[in-house]
Amino acid sequence: MIKLGLWTLLSHWRRNPMQLFTLVIGLSLATALWSGVQAVNAEARASYDAAAETLGEGQFAQVTSTDGVIAQDDYIALRRAGWQVSPVVEGRLQGLRLIGLDALTAPNGLGPVDLTDGALTVETLLGGVIFATQDTLDRLVDVNITQVASADVAPGVFLTDVGTAQRLLSMDGQLSRLIVAETQPLNRAPLAEITPSLSLRPPQGGSDVARLTDSFHLNLTAFGLLSFAVGIFIVNGAIGLAFEQRRPVIRTLRALGFPLRNLVGLIASELLVLSVIAGAIGVGLGYLVAAALLPDVAATLSGLYGASVSGTLQLRPEWWLSGLAIAVGGTGLAASASLWRLAQMPLLAGARPRAWAMQAKRGRFIQALAAVSLLVAAGLLAALGSGLFAGFAMLAALLIGAALALPLLLDVVLGFGASRARGVISEWFWADTRQQLPGLSLALMALLLAMAANVGVSTMVSSFRLTFTGFLDQRLASELYVYTNDVDQAAQVQAFLKPRVEIVLPIRAATQDVRGLPTEIYGPTPHSTYRDNWVFLQSAPNAWAEIEAGQGAAINEQLARRADIAIGDRITLAGEPFDVLGIYGDYGNPIGQALVTESVFEALFPDIRALRFGVRMPPEDVPALTNALLAEFDLPDANVVNQAGIKAFSLDVFDRTFTVTGALNVLTLAVAGFAILMSLLTLATMRLPQLAPVWAQGLTRSKLGQIEILRAVILALLTTVLALPLGLALAWTLLAVVNVEAFGWRLPMFLFPADYARLAIFAVVAAILAALWPAVKLSNTRPADLLKVFSNER
Amino acid sequence: MILQVTDLKKSFSGPEGTFSILNGVSMTLDSGETLALTGESGSGKSTLLHLVGGLDQPSSGKVLIDGEDIVQLDDAGRASVRRDKVGVVFQQFNLIPSLTVGANIAFQARLAGRNDPDWNADLTQRMGLSEQVAKYPEQLSGGQQQRVAIARTLAARPKLVLADEPTGNLDEATADTVMALMLDLVAETQSALLMVTHSERLAAQTSRRLHLRAGRLA
Repeated sequence: MIKLGLWTLLSHWRRNPMQLFTLVIGLSLATALWSGVQAVNAEARASYDAAAETLGEGQFAQVTSTDGVIAQDDYIALRRAGWQVSPVVEGRLQGLRLIGLDALTAPNGLGPVDLTDGALTVETLLGGVIFATQDTLDRLVDVNITQVASADVAPGVFLTDVGTAQRLLSMDGQLSRLIVAETQPLNRAPLAEITPSLSLRPPQGGSDVARLTDSFHLNLTAFGLLSFAVGIFIVNGAIGLAFEQRRPVIRTLRALGFPLRNLVGLIASELLVLSVIAGAIGVGLGYLVAAALLPDVAATLSGLYGASVSGTLQLRPEWWLSGLAIAVGGTGLAASASLWRLAQMPLLAGARPRAWAMQAKRGRFIQALAAVSLLVAAGLLAALGSGLFAGFAMLAALLIGAALALPLLLDVVLGFGASRARGVISEWFWADTRQQLPGLSLALMALLLAMAANVGVSTMVSSFRLTFTGFLDQRLASELYVYTNDVDQAAQVQAFLKPRVEIVLPIRAATQDVRGLPTEIYGPTPHSTYRDNWVFLQSAPNAWAEIEAGQGAAINEQLARRADIAIGDRITLAGEPFDVLGIYGDYGNPIGQALVTESVFEALFPDIRALRFGVRMPPEDVPALTNALLAEFDLPDANVVNQAGIKAFSLDVFDRTFTVTGALNVLTLAVAGFAILMSLLTLATMRLPQLAPVWAQGLTRSKLGQIEILRAVILALLTTVLALPLGLALAWTLLAVVNVEAFGWRLPMFLFPADYARLAIFAVVAAILAALWPAVKLSNTRPADLLKVFSNER
Repeated sequence: MILQVTDLKKSFSGPEGTFSILNGVSMTLDSGETLALTGESGSGKSTLLHLVGGLDQPSSGKVLIDGEDIVQLDDAGRASVRRDKVGVVFQQFNLIPSLTVGANIAFQARLAGRNDPDWNADLTQRMGLSEQVAKYPEQLSGGQQQRVAIARTLAARPKLVLADEPTGNLDEATADTVMALMLDLVAETQSALLMVTHSERLAAQTSRRLHLRAGRLA
């Protein structure tokens, strides 16, 4: 009996492959977006974990010095005094991070590296070995040392022993910091007694990078969930329609004596199998999505936080299992209402096809109540909540509340249209559209969410971009930038430029760790170019005057946040202490930056000569001077860059940073368009009994097809109109709540009407494309099929 | 006796209060007997048929099929009775659209574990459906679909055949053919037939008639 019932249920899919396709693809797409985002997150987290394991970050207390350098003698003194500490040497090698650890004393040994590998002889180890991922090793040139590829080392990091690191970094007798083991002898002398210049930093419970980027990943996860929610709307619609279309079969099966319990069990099993299949396809697709997104995510994380994330994806069990679990769970969620209705359905409940979601008055009342409650909750969270989770909770309440309210609002609007309709076709059109609403409402909800997300996120990114452009205008004040090849050429170029321009501003930089973080130190010439344009986010009184007088330094926001430095704190640059007098915005720079005045810089770094110059001059003279420079000196074109070129490059970096959100936006919108297509296609098969009488009374099939397209356009436009305020509310939440928590700065919100108009056109085009196929099918329906409606009265 | 209905009542609650559709119906039916149940629209004919078939539950009363009170059974028990002892021919055919004619005809017999391919072939041939077995219901005319529905019911050799306006959607000539076939086959299988109909002409072909008026047997 079970076999027969299963065979009968499956025969429905065999005869209606489009419905099966809708269900499987809907669920697959939903899973793909979710698992794709999760894969990216899992990969990034794995990179942080590898880094944390390699560097002992966060897990252990550390001994540090204010200038970032610890004498090896201090380490020896601490060990002799009983301190269980392990040395770390850290620096930049060919632009990448080099870490030297002591395998014998480090709490994690050599981190993730397996020293028991048979190929690593004692001789090899004594000669010095660098461990890194193959990608990282490929970037290392001209280093005469044994290199061993290890997939578990953090990306962008070279791992080696202390001695080798000291040799490679020219840090003989110097250490960067000491890792303090968890277990220490009770009777050891206090740190201050042994080495007064060193300080103890307590463990921080998780890596700094992981904590910094948590909010970014939460953002991505929220996007993934939103995409999944849109997908679940499709699945819910597909399952609901499948139930509705199979309702007569279910009734017949029951009437013929098939037990209800077995029927529910069979359908649940069938859905379980389908969800596993669709989940597997979705995970596969998700892998492709993740592989495509990961390089941009890596760029984003590097750009915003300086976090190093592998650009290649690994198949991690946690994400493909979670992908499958969410596919099965999502199907269960989407099917639970239908299964419940089936279990409760009286045998004699109407078997005629009807829109599955045709709701009773009570259901509509509950939906309205839920929508209002959620919107009120969103309002309360906006007014009273604080923090990232309150922000996301508000977003969830707002979006779900608005989605639930959509069919009710559309019903009111369509009712108004019906009341205003003149002419029989118009009256029928509005009434028929209203009747179609329940069947289309889930797809329209998906469209609403996708469009609102699009409006919200694009408003946020565009606002950010506008602010960033303004920032670039301020920061890139010089009209021309010249890069020379060596010191002699620099002197000649400077001499050449001086009589021809207002001022030549040498750009000197040195790289050094400040509080353990790689930092570029600049020494700008005292000039209004900096004073007027480098606006401090926070500053001490007369900050610029003090800095130009050599009384302090300014740092960028990245360094301030990562090293927890506030105005008035003291930092050490090249062994000299400086008070921090200003903190400036430095969007897009991955690493820390510090400014001291020119004379101070020259005293700190007497060997560093400027090879780059900013040139202030009338903008109209730039082309002529560029040509003159190129003619006079043997400089490649790329070495003489005007302001516009640098801005274009910076904006390119910025745009790359937000490629991920853009890609997810497009994917979500595409999924919503797919939802409409599938709903219309599935509804089309149920529409004949409603359209046949109209056809019989004189409307041509092609006219009916045109009306179907018009209906889709009107519904898409109405949804767009409602999506706009929702999207703006979303943007406000992102800018005023989430962005502050995630990135640490609040941005002004700008409106972009042209973008919204473009989005509306996109939605209408998507609706037309989605309606086109069903409309063409309707136009080509054979009259015999329409007549069957009357002859069979099925 | 295959069917015994005792003091069967059914009432519905609506916005305008409770109203009774059946007000204490009692009747019996023996094996091999054919009975036509007539009455005006809304007199409760279809409701009585549904209650007898275990498709719905009465407000009170007893329905004994082959000595078993199906009112006392749970959903699974009633499903078992429908599967093993009762066959229902619906006015709207209720074929399974995704199965072929042949699969539809064999369906209930397979469900009841009494599938007999020879008997199915015989039924198919006598119903004039031999050419249609590989087709799907939507490819058939209304009369053909009704013949499939009857064949499906009789293929399972139920003890009680319930027919709700079985020829209501057919023209007179087709209706006569289908009715004659159904009566022949019911006699041959020694089933009992309870048929709801508006047609005096069809009712005259059964061995017994009952008339329902305002929920009571007249």
